[in-house]
Amino acid sequence: MIVFDHVSKYYKSNVGLDDVSVRINEGDFVFLVGPSGSGKSTFIKLLIHEINADKGSIKIRGHEVTNMSARHVPILRRRVGIVFQDFRLLPKKTVYENVAFAMEIIHKPKKLIKKNVPQVLTMMGIADKADKYPDELSAGEQQRVAIARAIINRPRVLIADEPTGNLDPDTAWEIMQLLNQINQRGTTIIMVTHAKDIVDKMGKRVIAIEKGRIVRDEFGAYGYQEALENAEMTFDTIQIQRRDTSRIRFRRGGDEK
Amino acid sequence: MKSFGYTLKQSFVQFGRNLNMSLISIFAITCMMLILSLFFILVINVSTAAETIKGDYDSIEIFLDDKTTPEQADDMITDLKAQDGVDDAYYKSKEQAMAEFRDRWGENGYLLDSLEDNPLPNSVVIVIGDLEKADALAAHAEKFDGIEDVKYYKSTVDKLLEATRFVQIGALVIMIFLIIISIVVVSNTIKLTVFNRAEEISIMKYVGATNWFIRGPFLGEGIIIGIISAAISVGLTYFVYGKLVDMLGEQVYQMLSMPMVPVNFLIVNFAWIFLALGVSIGSCGSIISMRRFLDA
Repeated sequence: MIVFDHVSKYYKSNVGLDDVSVRINEGDFVFLVGPSGSGKSTFIKLLIHEINADKGSIKIRGHEVTNMSARHVPILRRRVGIVFQDFRLLPKKTVYENVAFAMEIIHKPKKLIKKNVPQVLTMMGIADKADKYPDELSAGEQQRVAIARAIINRPRVLIADEPTGNLDPDTAWEIMQLLNQINQRGTTIIMVTHAKDIVDKMGKRVIAIEKGRIVRDEFGAYGYQEALENAEMTFDTIQIQRRDTSRIRFRRGGDEK
Repeated sequence: MKSFGYTLKQSFVQFGRNLNMSLISIFAITCMMLILSLFFILVINVSTAAETIKGDYDSIEIFLDDKTTPEQADDMITDLKAQDGVDDAYYKSKEQAMAEFRDRWGENGYLLDSLEDNPLPNSVVIVIGDLEKADALAAHAEKFDGIEDVKYYKSTVDKLLEATRFVQIGALVIMIFLIIISIVVVSNTIKLTVFNRAEEISIMKYVGATNWFIRGPFLGEGIIIGIISAAISVGLTYFVYGKLVDMLGEQVYQMLSMPMVPVNFLIVNFAWIFLALGVSIGSCGSIISMRRFLDA
């Protein structure tokens, strides 16, 4: 279970998260949606302690994540699998080595690595690519490797940051099937996405964040017009931000007088 | 410890992948170490020489009047032997003194044959056990009757020791300087490879690798570079210094009447010192260069 309790994170010029409280149950599949710059990434970064919250507490299965000492961060990251939009595979390692690496860092015996890695690769449907390097694979295959690496140590939580962002619709849907499978085996999945059709089709819990606040938390639909999201909405946000800063500047000037 | 094998293997893999940079580092450190070894050899030889000379000069010579009888000299010797800090005291006749003189002149000794009288005085030699007492002994000897002069080489020994110390300290400063340069060179080399792999390092961190796990192979790479450099340096030093002793040893012995430090004795100490040095230069270099990338 993941609990955000009145969590706030402020950046120099804008708000990351503003007093967010949310609870994600064990085994949930949650979509995190919202315009660019709304705080989705902040939400994820806080979860893996890439950044630290200014206020509030975040607990993953009872373990406090905020103000964690640097020594414990690696341990947190091993308990939480992460998949990124740009895959982030180690370029000089083969598919097998990339997945094995996640086991090597926690000092799993070689025998176990030799047994588990092929299993996961088979599950991901890329058993025949084990000796290839990432740049020899298609985008979809690379994402499968990344997922294999994320789940090899059987984390209870899997975070996916726009995992289908670089994939064509068919491949994206295949990846979603894999994530669904993983979820059905009991892993909590938190997925940031802009893909309306995927969210609508999956019919899972959707948390919408705007300007650092949770504006919607319900089961079912994406809730934004995709076109708006990708083009005008971002443009809009920039405009709003500009207007905001100019207003702030003006106000500040007034105070000084 | 479980991951030691992994780290070791990765170190060699990494060393091989960055072969060019590794070779450049090895070249730079080897050069540094060869200069170091030059200073080491200098310091060791000077120190050994100083010890030898100090041994030769730790005596006081009391020159006697020609009128002084051997009996009087015997009294002096008995008196001196009872003093604190005296190892031995013995009588040296003018004939013995002349024979020694002739020896020192070697082939040119025949020149002394033309002397009609032996101009050298009889003397009593005090072998000092404790150099601290030398001053007091010299003063004590001055008080004897029938003496011409008391010769005591303290100032010579002091000057020599001072010069030796100067050489030692100077060499030490230069050596420390060179070691620091080596560390900078290695850390820069490794920094370049780390820079190329900054993304890889960040991915490793995302997957949950600890800093030490990431650092391990880089540390290993640095240590391998250090060990190879040390091996080359020790080998070259052994070869060159060995040749030098073969070629110059005789002459040096004749000119300064002291031997050069033998190469086999030298090289054992060298090997250990340079190995330790190589390992520490390599590991310091890699740790320093990675700091920035692991902090994030």
